[in-house]
Amino acid sequence: MARLYEHQSKKLLAQGGLTIPRGRVAASPEEAAEIAVELGGPVVVKAQAWVTGRASAGGVRFADDPPAAREAAAAIIGMQLKNFTVQEVLVEERLDLAREMYVGLIIDDTLKCPRLIFSSLGGTGIEEIAREHPDQVVQTPVDITQGLWEYQARDLLCRLDIRGELQGKLTKALVAFYRVCRRHEARSAEINPLVLTADGRVLAADCHMAIDDYAVFRHPDLGIDIAREFDRPATPLEKAAYQVEAGDHRGTFYFLQMAENYPAGSRHVGFHGAGGGGSMMSMDALLRQGFHIANFCDTSGNPSASKVYRAARIILSQPNLDAYFASGSGVASQEQYHSARGLVKAFREVNLSLPAVIRIGGNSERQAMEILAAGTADLPGRVEAFGRDTSAVHCAGRLVELVDGWDYQAAPPPPPAPRPPEDAYSFDTITGSLHIDHAACLACANQPCVAACPAGVLRLEDGRPVLALSPADVRRGRCTECLACELACQFEGRGALFIELPIPGLPASPGQGE
Amino acid sequence: MSLLFDEKTKVVIQGITGREGQARALLMKEYGTNVVAGVTPGRAGQNVHGVPVFDTVQEAVDQVGPLEASVIFIPAALCKAAAFEAIDAGVKLLVIVPDRVPLYDVLEIAAHAQAKGARFVGPNTLGMITPGRAVLGMIGGRAASARDWFKVGPVGVASRSGGMTTAVSYYLGRAGVGLSRVIHVGGDSVVGSPHPDVMLALEADPGTKAVVMLGEIGTTQEERVAELRETGRFTKPLVAWIGGAAAKSGTRFSHAGAIVEGGRGSWDGKVARLQEAGARVVENFDDIPQVTSQLLAEMGIKGQVNP
Repeated sequence: MARLYEHQSKKLLAQGGLTIPRGRVAASPEEAAEIAVELGGPVVVKAQAWVTGRASAGGVRFADDPPAAREAAAAIIGMQLKNFTVQEVLVEERLDLAREMYVGLIIDDTLKCPRLIFSSLGGTGIEEIAREHPDQVVQTPVDITQGLWEYQARDLLCRLDIRGELQGKLTKALVAFYRVCRRHEARSAEINPLVLTADGRVLAADCHMAIDDYAVFRHPDLGIDIAREFDRPATPLEKAAYQVEAGDHRGTFYFLQMAENYPAGSRHVGFHGAGGGGSMMSMDALLRQGFHIANFCDTSGNPSASKVYRAARIILSQPNLDAYFASGSGVASQEQYHSARGLVKAFREVNLSLPAVIRIGGNSERQAMEILAAGTADLPGRVEAFGRDTSAVHCAGRLVELVDGWDYQAAPPPPPAPRPPEDAYSFDTITGSLHIDHAACLACANQPCVAACPAGVLRLEDGRPVLALSPADVRRGRCTECLACELACQFEGRGALFIELPIPGLPASPGQGE
Repeated sequence: MSLLFDEKTKVVIQGITGREGQARALLMKEYGTNVVAGVTPGRAGQNVHGVPVFDTVQEAVDQVGPLEASVIFIPAALCKAAAFEAIDAGVKLLVIVPDRVPLYDVLEIAAHAQAKGARFVGPNTLGMITPGRAVLGMIGGRAASARDWFKVGPVGVASRSGGMTTAVSYYLGRAGVGLSRVIHVGGDSVVGSPHPDVMLALEADPGTKAVVMLGEIGTTQEERVAELRETGRFTKPLVAWIGGAAAKSGTRFSHAGAIVEGGRGSWDGKVARLQEAGARVVENFDDIPQVTSQLLAEMGIKGQVNP
């Protein structure tokens, strides 16, 4: 779920007709003081972070005047809240509270509809309050096609004996809240507390909202750069990885950085999974062997070879890895030679110097294992591939043996730079470009690249491979970036063909054990 | 129509001319699925592996007769429209393969399906296979593999993970345990036919004598299966495994889930509930074939049937 900051959620509530406290966001103590001056009177200064429990961690402070607001902001900005470093504070008018309540929305997986929850008691510790006072919590499923009717909101409030003017104000607030959630496709949301002030106003004093990751594309206005369940801002590597996911919809891609700033030799493994369930099982196997997961990248659902290549490059760009481990369910429906080729290209480009265990069972696993063996035999690292008849537990055990016996001190030679010459014959593919050094091709006896291409993209012209299809068709996907031509050229030809698959934002020098 | 299907079930493939649609049309046809039509707007008159292509599902119905099941290979953002189109053309069983279908779209599909008496599996599913008879979706990848990996027998398999569906089926087969029905319910938190629905379908299936269920942390599906056992609505012997034992529990962002669900959704909670309800809960995935095999032996049932 893509989480919104409190100030973002509140802006959406205000647009939807709910009342929110006056105030705005500050990125510095000075700015916080300025806002306090504008607001006049006492203020509250609140850390903007995707976590709950800010108040008890000191992330919410009251200030009676602008100097105090400045001081509060100075204390909060830069503060560490769980995994989150606070960069901004929300400075708001301080409310004179008469009563605190709660309204929330979740998606009910049993009834397959949104569910609205209201509690006449709210504020800090709402979960305990709800446990101790179940009679004060009411809820209703919401018909997705009808939406929330005012009468349904009134029914909820009647059950708690909330009557009169307050009933009217809360009815409007509940209906408006549901509409905001629906419009912005919130997967979960809550106003806690929903407050009644001493002067009779109903306001949203705090709000958490998380947007459905899969719907983020429909809401560019929300400015969500990575649609992910994060409890901290994305790392630079995660941002680079997300561009791969957003730019290539062939199969699934998911990258998460699980550890940072660990020393070399601390048994951190770059983990390349395939499918959620198989990945979880495989990570369990690694964890039970005492490994730590440095990062997690999932490529599944029939990904292109180029996508698997990018995944491997991103995984290996993290420094101080002790090993590379790839494993999914073990019996993949997709053709596994695509993944094998992607891994070989990545391992060759970084000149892999680590032990790697690749569990690549599934369709065409034998061919995939042969590609991996042949394509990595001359690398300083050791790559072992296994098929569907070898369990994840066994593979994790094999990785222990490899890591324990590995000499991490031996300095690996630097990776070669497979840059094509300036005057190479080139054309664009769906996510990159293909370059052929025709001068080298003239010395090539058999031009294996042409035969290797299953899509008939290349043909021979005067002994040199050239495009057999229109450049537009190739760019639109007739070339699937299966990488077969490049590997054929490297191993059977003259090493003249190179497919450039850019990964914007990837750290320049790959880490792998440095 | 129920979730159960065979080689007679009349199937349409929506998005048949796309990359996945073409590849899986071949899988389904070669395996024995009765694929009678494909739909891609603007491509009427073409054919894919001998399957005629129509512009709309209704046109396909008009030309080839009523369609019972649709397999959808359409980009996620367009799945809702495709599902509504199939439901409105009278299709009663949908398999929604794509990943990343927006959640509120799934809710709308669910409401519409319920109103029209249709059911769906997915989204984010590999699909289902009735071993030896027919496959809907992409499970197995190609027909030869599907024949090799899914042996025919008395055990129903249901899973929330696609890859693990195939893996457990293959490992069961290797241990001499054949399968009656294999259903990947889909990886998302809200799916059309979650585990409880599948258990009810398998309860009603005379060919299924026992069930292997692969669950996962999150949602209330497995707890509801336990409830079905306790209330006597699902009585067949059950072997269950729950993934995510060592998974880092996410930092929750909102309290609403905790208020509504209490302790449900956790690994410990699911395991305890299923054990209380009399399921054989297996902790180590690799032990599933042996435990299932043992169960069949106790029941006096042969593990495998030759197709």
